Amino acid sequence: MTARDTSNEEQILISHGGGGEMTRRLLAEHIVPPLNNELLGPLDDSAIMPIAAGRLAFTTDAFVVQPLAFAGGDIGRLAVCGTVNDLAVAPAIPKALSLALVIEEGLPIRVLDTIVESIARTAREAGVVIATGDTKVVEHRRGDGLIITTAGIGEMRDGVEFGLERIGSGDVVIVSGRIAEHGLAVMSAREGLAFDTELESDVAPLNHLIGRLFETGADIKFLRDPTRGGLAGVLADLAEDTGCSIELDEDAVPLSPVARHTAELLGLDPLTVANEGKVVIVVAERDADRVLKACHADPLGQHAAIVGRLTETQPPLVELLTRAGGRRIVQRPHGEELPRIC
Amino acid sequence: MCLAVPGKILEVRSSGEEQVVGSLATVDFQGSRIEVSLAFTPEAKQGDWVLVHAGFALNVLDEEEAMETWKYLQEADVAQLEAGAEEDAAANRASQAD
Amino acid sequence: MKQQSTQELANRIADVSQQLDRSVQLMEVCGTHTVSLFRNGIRSMLPAHVKLVSGPGCPVCVTSQGYIDVACELAQRTNVTICTYGDMVRVPGRAGSLEQQRARGANLRIVYSARDAVRMAEQDRDRDIVFLAVGFETTAPATAAAVDEANRKGLKNFFVLMGHKLVMPAMSALLSAGDIPLDGFLLPGHVSVVIGVRAYQPIVDVYHKPCVVAGFEPEQMLLGILHLLEQNLRGEAKLDNVYRVAVTDEGNVAALQAIDKVLEPAPAVWRAMGSIPESGLELRAPYQRFDALAHFGLKIGPDYDPPGCRCGQVIQGKVEPADCPLFGHECTPAKPIGPCMVSSEGTCAAWYKYGRIIPNAQGNKETQLR
Repeated sequence: MTARDTSNEEQILISHGGGGEMTRRLLAEHIVPPLNNELLGPLDDSAIMPIAAGRLAFTTDAFVVQPLAFAGGDIGRLAVCGTVNDLAVAPAIPKALSLALVIEEGLPIRVLDTIVESIARTAREAGVVIATGDTKVVEHRRGDGLIITTAGIGEMRDGVEFGLERIGSGDVVIVSGRIAEHGLAVMSAREGLAFDTELESDVAPLNHLIGRLFETGADIKFLRDPTRGGLAGVLADLAEDTGCSIELDEDAVPLSPVARHTAELLGLDPLTVANEGKVVIVVAERDADRVLKACHADPLGQHAAIVGRLTETQPPLVELLTRAGGRRIVQRPHGEELPRIC
Repeated sequence: MCLAVPGKILEVRSSGEEQVVGSLATVDFQGSRIEVSLAFTPEAKQGDWVLVHAGFALNVLDEEEAMETWKYLQEADVAQLEAGAEEDAAANRASQAD
Repeated sequence: MKQQSTQELANRIADVSQQLDRSVQLMEVCGTHTVSLFRNGIRSMLPAHVKLVSGPGCPVCVTSQGYIDVACELAQRTNVTICTYGDMVRVPGRAGSLEQQRARGANLRIVYSARDAVRMAEQDRDRDIVFLAVGFETTAPATAAAVDEANRKGLKNFFVLMGHKLVMPAMSALLSAGDIPLDGFLLPGHVSVVIGVRAYQPIVDVYHKPCVVAGFEPEQMLLGILHLLEQNLRGEAKLDNVYRVAVTDEGNVAALQAIDKVLEPAPAVWRAMGSIPESGLELRAPYQRFDALAHFGLKIGPDYDPPGCRCGQVIQGKVEPADCPLFGHECTPAKPIGPCMVSSEGTCAAWYKYGRIIPNAQGNKETQLR
């Protein structure tokens, strides 16, 4: 096998972002065709869409993940899913995304193609369109390669009233599946820590699964996706915002053996590791089984489980009933959780 | 102050610098694998369980005792058993269909 | 069943403790024990009069400010890449932490193994790679092997900033001072894999304290605590080991030889505890050229204790984090003042993260541990 000669590889240059002929070619040859749809086709400054009666959900996000590609996904898939999921938990039906690419000069066009293809595929999977976009090129800086910013709009679901004041003692917490996989998969691809693993990012669009939950007619009181900060972050916020304590059963939290062992290896607490394809659901106790069944019927919810319940204990804290049979507090992680050795 | 975890040696190969870093082993942690130096456990071989810290094996572990001490190692066995049972059942059905 | 065995152990601990009929104070000297005891909720399973106190078991916490300052200074040099274990990046020096240096453009890489740093030096001969050699005896063999490897490969761009600490000298210093009543030691499982159970003999012979080596799984720690209580009940002071799957009496001879080949004991400064003789490791003469201080012509400066910070006493088990006036107020994981709060394995950080901070009758915050 000969080493790959990248010296002639086509790369993004500053001129690609200049707004002139090279920009038109870049869009026409590499960006628009994979994403093409009615809204994007005209390449106008704005996409024109009819407004639904009712309420609009509107979200924005920025994606700076390193490395750009990792087991189970890439920054493109992450961008679509992150935005779609923020809308889905509003709870809204995601409709359209905007896509702004800030590309670092020197990024191989082949890499851009792969990411745009990934965006297109994920958008189809989620049933959303990329309605409008922008492309800029910046000088070579830290070698990040690409940063993606999105905005997303969706139609709020009818007849659903989320409100923190509706959540109370006795309500049940469900997690839609196995945790910690995204964060661990991304970490395993980081230089200096790189290792082989079966672990893959769980990055996925959750709007279809969430749709099923509402179809059951259950009284769903709260949805959130446990991204940065993990399950611990979401539950800590929930306890603080509702004034209720949460009892979490460690044995019940879905976690694969490889994720558990890998977290041990890196000294990380799985509760604090990011997920990109999971949703935390708070539901009235009487509806818990219905919601669980609906999760299990979805490919993304196979390992869904009831992991805890809200209680009246004051002050409001998240308390873990540990595997060993003890108790300890769960808090929002301080910052980036780093692998430990010492 | 020392995070060390048990793993199973999948294969051992020469590092070319045996006197210094010992042989190198690929150690499996129920699906994640890292390269580990056997400099401090020269007797370790394929199939052995070792305690790994900072990229080095610190001790060879008896498999049964390891399973007892680190309970989460047993979880993989259950998963594999179930997977194995499913394969057997599928194979039986296939052979009955013939 | 997992929970039955830990519950059984907890019941036996309650029994023995009742028979003992007095307060017992046990010390662990390993940050990983500190964290594991909390994370598994072990503390909540112990009777009230069995007290667990943390000693100087967090090598990151006891790394002197002067060391961090030198690391930060090196990080600022455009030609230097600092390689370190993740634990170190947030420790504050006088001019900030390594994490803050990275924000200002320093080249900082987190590695899992010292060998990764050697590899980096091999791959990029134009850069100077400085590895932060921190940790107890568990981690020292890896550093020794890395230096040995760099030596055999004739690398000219690999250096180590020595910061290893040894557990026994610190324990002896603590016991000599005799400041706190202690009824036994839960000994660090993985340091013991390297140094062996016999290394702790002086603690029994000279200071007559019960000692048990234990691992980090919940059953291990509970069993270790049970054995310590049983020794107390029988009026014994012996060396015991419940982590036999990994720990032997003589330790790992190959690892000890590797350390001895490249490194030698030397006085070391323990943050907030001062200098303890023979408590650190330095490069032996034939390997001096790998010493970062020597190569870059730098010296470790003096420490500076922020006013009000009681880390020094916390590290020695003399006070609990909640006794420090800064704890939970000015000093939190988000804005740490002292090393005990900064490191994820520091006593104060563990108390803060896993204990509950509630307002007391005076409206101040106090920590309750379950």
